[in-house]
Amino acid sequence: MSFDATNSSKSFKSVGTRPLRPDGVDKVTGRARYGADFNMPGQLVARVLRSKHAHAKIKSIDTSRAETVKGVKAVVTAADLPDLTDGDPALFAVLDNCMARNKAMYDGHAIAAVAAIDEKAAKAALKLIAVDYEILPHVTDVDAATLPDAPVLNEAIFTQGVEPKSTRPSNIANRTEFGHGDVDVGFSHADSVVERSYKTEQTHQGYIEPHACVANCNPDGTAELWVCTQGHFVYRQVCADLLGIEVSKLRVTSSEIGGGFGGKTHVWTEPVALALSRKANRPVKLVMSRDEVFRASGPTSATSIDVKIGANKDGIITAATATLRYTSGPYADMWAELGAMTSFACYDLENVKTVGLEVIVNRPKVAAYRAPSAPMAAFAVESAIDELAQKIGMNPVDFRIQNVASEGTQSSYGPIYGPIGIGPTLEAAKAHPHMSAPLGKNQGRGMACGFWFNFGGQTCTDLNISADGTVTIAVGTVDVGGSRASLSLIAAEELGLSYDNIKAVVADTSTLGYNDMTDGSRGTFSTSMATISAARNAIEIMRHRAALMWDIPLGDVYWEDGHAHAAGTKHGNLAPLSVKDIAAEAGKTGGPIAGHSELVADGAGVSFATHICDIDVDPETGSSRVVRYTVIQDAGKAVHPSYVEGQYQGGAAQGIGWALNEEYIYGEDGRLQNPGFLDYRIPVCSDLPMIDTQILEIPNPKHPYGVRGVGETSIVPPLAAIANAVSNAVGVRMTHIPVSPPRILAALTDAKD
Amino acid sequence: MFDVKLWAGLQHLADNQKVVPIEARTIRELLRKMENQYPGLAEPIKGHVAVSINGVIYRNDWSQELPKGAEIMLIRRLAGG
Repeated sequence: MSFDATNSSKSFKSVGTRPLRPDGVDKVTGRARYGADFNMPGQLVARVLRSKHAHAKIKSIDTSRAETVKGVKAVVTAADLPDLTDGDPALFAVLDNCMARNKAMYDGHAIAAVAAIDEKAAKAALKLIAVDYEILPHVTDVDAATLPDAPVLNEAIFTQGVEPKSTRPSNIANRTEFGHGDVDVGFSHADSVVERSYKTEQTHQGYIEPHACVANCNPDGTAELWVCTQGHFVYRQVCADLLGIEVSKLRVTSSEIGGGFGGKTHVWTEPVALALSRKANRPVKLVMSRDEVFRASGPTSATSIDVKIGANKDGIITAATATLRYTSGPYADMWAELGAMTSFACYDLENVKTVGLEVIVNRPKVAAYRAPSAPMAAFAVESAIDELAQKIGMNPVDFRIQNVASEGTQSSYGPIYGPIGIGPTLEAAKAHPHMSAPLGKNQGRGMACGFWFNFGGQTCTDLNISADGTVTIAVGTVDVGGSRASLSLIAAEELGLSYDNIKAVVADTSTLGYNDMTDGSRGTFSTSMATISAARNAIEIMRHRAALMWDIPLGDVYWEDGHAHAAGTKHGNLAPLSVKDIAAEAGKTGGPIAGHSELVADGAGVSFATHICDIDVDPETGSSRVVRYTVIQDAGKAVHPSYVEGQYQGGAAQGIGWALNEEYIYGEDGRLQNPGFLDYRIPVCSDLPMIDTQILEIPNPKHPYGVRGVGETSIVPPLAAIANAVSNAVGVRMTHIPVSPPRILAALTDAKD
Repeated sequence: MFDVKLWAGLQHLADNQKVVPIEARTIRELLRKMENQYPGLAEPIKGHVAVSINGVIYRNDWSQELPKGAEIMLIRRLAGG
């Protein structure tokens, strides 16, 4: 990477202001085009047949009657998606999840799909597809799946990461371990120990827009995909791999996105839509229903976590352990590993050990959900930390500050930290008026810390200066949280133009180089770096053009405040040239002016947050209501403070829903009981107070403006902050998320007994 | 010379070593020499490994230079939301 991303302290004119987002009016007036809003001539409608069994062998599929329905143009099964994965188990899992091959592994697993001229014909055809199942025993609970008598869901899975090597198939796909020191010695030095088991239920990202796409395969081998996604370049690669299309022949355009939160980093129906289009030789639109989104796209893990923490009477943690079991759906993955890495990352521990166990169950394939795996681990650890503070008679904030990680600390997942921001968020929480505000009757206050890894990744940006001096930036990271506004501010800052002169667009995969997805809190972090680089390249070109316009040596031209200036006294009479002046003469000075950048935006740095929550609990009904909530997090530099606050508030709101209400409920039959927003309740505006935010700005040394990713960390502390608040309100330790009214009532009843 | 730490998931592919001494100037040289020494690491290095240098995680940038005395660790390449 040739671009020097080192942070240089500077004062800002555009960065840090709060202009309206360019996509805002379209979104509130209904003009914005989402995944389902695109249509093509001759387009067919697709519907998917899904398993109603949690676990079943597919003995045969007969599609012959469905194919005779008037208006049906194509029916596909796994036979139409041959295995081209070349032994790559992760890619094979994606393929098998898109369309079941030998077994249906969960309620909602795709079995076949139909494309027809209208919905009526497609639905009629689905009813005529005959599937002969052999029902198999199932298991959906994380703990039940690990018991010796649990049905083994995949005979080819042997627990990895254990010595001696496993010789029997198991639902525990992998074991990982992190830590340092000697926890037994550490616990022997503890004066107080808290040891508890915790559970969290499976939740969905709950994005408002369901998965939707329009696929079109042409006879010449080219194809197009219009799709709602967090990463159209990644979708292009995965779909091309699964369907055997040359990557450059598949053009993917990302639509506006009605929420993703990690759930739109994976393909679900897109390969199926392409397979239908290829077979029908017509464009195919496939839109998931909400029922399908819940049953067959990727929620996060359900978990079961054991934590043990010991401290001496001075409030120093002497040892900490956690065993974390995370469901991954029917395929092996790395979710428990992430939980094991993040669980104790906020603390400076001499002796720590975490073990992650990946558990296979008959539930949908787990996908990333905003700081994936960290919220559940933080819930368990921060609950135990709170209880331990109470046990040794320390204020929970002071106890955390006493043990907080800082520069030079060996993290619980291995590396030694550079400069990090957890300490300042705790100090800010301690000083915040919220922390000392009086509480009412039946109210409790909780606080918690959270950690997440941010990352950068491959990024490519084009910056074009038009003849009138206005600028277009074409970026390849999908705008999920206002990044077009932030990136326009960045370009304006670097070029010395006003925000109104910049137009940011998300380019399709055929018009820009590869970009990684918008995930890992990387969108603004990485693409702002590429935008700065592209702008600087354009400025260098404009210096050349100004030198030519003035007919003076290049070395006598410097750039400042959006203008080319002639240096020295010999050119003293030359008025500075603006971008507009230089752009107007571009046709005579060398043609169009553009800046381009491709880079790997590594060095994002880790991220921390501290949250404070007040909750009101009705002891008669178990109903609870968040009455005050504060988020404190380091942004490095807030490019657009309103959208940084939006990220903090959005993460907190999702975490509150997860903590209080949301859960996948499976019946004895292994079927999902609540696949809809009536029975799976996410918080709406009227459920929540205004969520207060405090942005800390500790510049990231690895970004030219000091920017850090801000999108994910805000969902990490809420589960624990809420559970601590409820526990303090009712006087009973809550150990099972969500802390829904029935669980609160049960806890109160148990405590009375 | 750096004492490169391996996360537990890699150790069985490197003769159960937790720390491997390697002389290298860049991430590329580091990974190349690790692969040469322990061929079993080649597959995870292809797509599942990130390099932590003094606590900052690098997923992709092979050109990154390794500062003298830096703390180097191979860790799991992460997923994000």
